[in-house]
Order: sequence, then C-alpha cells, then structure tokens
Amino acid sequence: MQLGAVNWFYFAAPQRFYRLAGQLLPWCFVLASLLAVWGLYIGLWLAPTDAQQGEAYRIIFVHVPVAWMSMVVYLAMAGWAGVGLVFNSRLASMMACALAPTGALMTFLALWTGALWGKPTWGAWWVWDARLTSELVLLFLYIGFMSLHAAIDDPRRADRAAGLLALVGVVNVPIIYFSVKWWNTLHQGASVSLTKSPSMASTMLLGMLVMALACWAYCIAAALLRVRSIIVEREAHTAWVQDLARSA
Amino acid sequence: MSSAGWSDFWHMGGYALYVWGSLGMCAATLLIEVLWLAHRQRKLIELISAGPDSDAGESST
Repeated sequence: MQLGAVNWFYFAAPQRFYRLAGQLLPWCFVLASLLAVWGLYIGLWLAPTDAQQGEAYRIIFVHVPVAWMSMVVYLAMAGWAGVGLVFNSRLASMMACALAPTGALMTFLALWTGALWGKPTWGAWWVWDARLTSELVLLFLYIGFMSLHAAIDDPRRADRAAGLLALVGVVNVPIIYFSVKWWNTLHQGASVSLTKSPSMASTMLLGMLVMALACWAYCIAAALLRVRSIIVEREAHTAWVQDLARSA
Repeated sequence: MSSAGWSDFWHMGGYALYVWGSLGMCAATLLIEVLWLAHRQRKLIELISAGPDSDAGESST
C-alpha cells in the first residue's frame, strides 16, 4: 500500500481504521435510532392522511429512504471499489465488500415496500415497469458482486474482479433514477428533486428527510460493523489482530 | 392521524397489512443484520484467539 505524505491515507491502514470504525460505530447506531424514532413519529402520527391514498401512502416514509439508499450505497460501493483499483488500497476494497450486503438489503426492502404499496394503489404487487425492473437489476448487481467476490479464492484478485463489475454496474444507477422520466412508467415521478420545489406537504417532506437521514446513519453503521469483521478476517495472520484477539 | 386513538392508529384506515408489513419487514431485517454482524465479529475474535491451528475465516494462512 502506498502511504504518501497525504494525510488522509493515514486511516488507509486497516489497523488504524479498525479502531476508528469502532469509535464511530456507537454514535452512528444511536443517531440512526434517534432519527428513526423521530421520523416515524412525524410520518405515522403527525403527518396528515393523504387525500387520494388514505393511510396507505405512509409506506413512503420507509420506501423512499430505502430506495434512495439502495442507489447511494451502490455509488459508495463502486466508489470504494474504484479507489481500491486505482490506489491498490486493501481497505478501500474491504469497504466495497462491507457495503454490498447492506446495499442489497436496502434494494430488497425498496422492492418489498414497493410491492406492499403497489398492491393497494395499483392493484398489483409487481409490474415490469422501467423503474421496478431497473431496481431489480440493481439487486442482481449486488448479488453478482458478492457472488463473484466469494467465488475467487485470492482476496486481492477477488477485489479487482468484483470491483470492475461494480464500476460497470454504475451505469444502472442513472437508469433507475431517470427511468420515471425517460419512459412511461406506472411508478410515479420524483416527489423530491434538486431542480424544483417538492410536490408534497412540508410535514410529509420533513418526515421523509428525517427517515432518509436515519437510513444514512444505519447504512454507515452497518458498513463499519461489517468492515471490522472483514479486516479481522483478512488480517488474521498479523500480529496486531492476534494481540487484539488475545486481549479480548 | 394525531386526533385518532390507538386502535385507529393500528388499523391504518384498512391498510394495516401494507403499512405494518412494510415497516415490520424493514425493522426485522435491519435488526437481524446488526445482530448477525455483532455475532460474527465475536465469533471471529474467539476463533483467532483460539490459536493459529483453528481456521480463521478466509485467511489463507
């Protein structure tokens, strides 16, 4: 690994990052829990009933945040995989591996909550609509990344092969995001966008944003927890991990 | 929703299955993920502290 004069490579050493992750973990989990309680209080209790969809619309408070995270985690995973490929950094590739299962879980939850929302509002659990199909492809990309990584014995070779797959798969993220614009989809358009004011009541918007932050905190926490296991697993032969295990 | 009682809250205007089915699955899977990860970390440390003869994960040594 190349440790230059650049300071932010300091934590690129797995041993240092292991400790940092351990210190950040509890805060991320506490933050995620507090934000989730606050967000659900707004979403389930304070937010008014929707005029068209009744109470069924409340699924939005989990559906949109997990769907956002399914894409954000993918971008983060591909970003770390790219850093791992370019700088030949072990830790970056470990971060990509740590993000994949959580991202896959977010994608599964987006599809699950979407199905439970689709049934009462569209009358169907599933349609082969561009948004739903591209989100399903995202799930397969996550599964492909994890399977490919698991199929190669040498971890560094696995990092490179799976990292390349992750980078190629990035093309799917804008397809998911813009699918509701590019094609005629049953799925509704974006409720929140950077270019125009949101098309929803401010209480609903606040609840959704708080839940989105809760999901951010959760995903960071889960990835940090998992990367600690991956570090210990891959560095099991090193003196510091042996010391760590003995003192535990 | 704020003016309604608890039974109305759980009833969700007839959409209880869909709303609670969504939230319940999210809560359950996230909880399982965290518990599983914490368990895995403990097991790994135990395995490594047991000595070099025991098999510690994917490490090739």
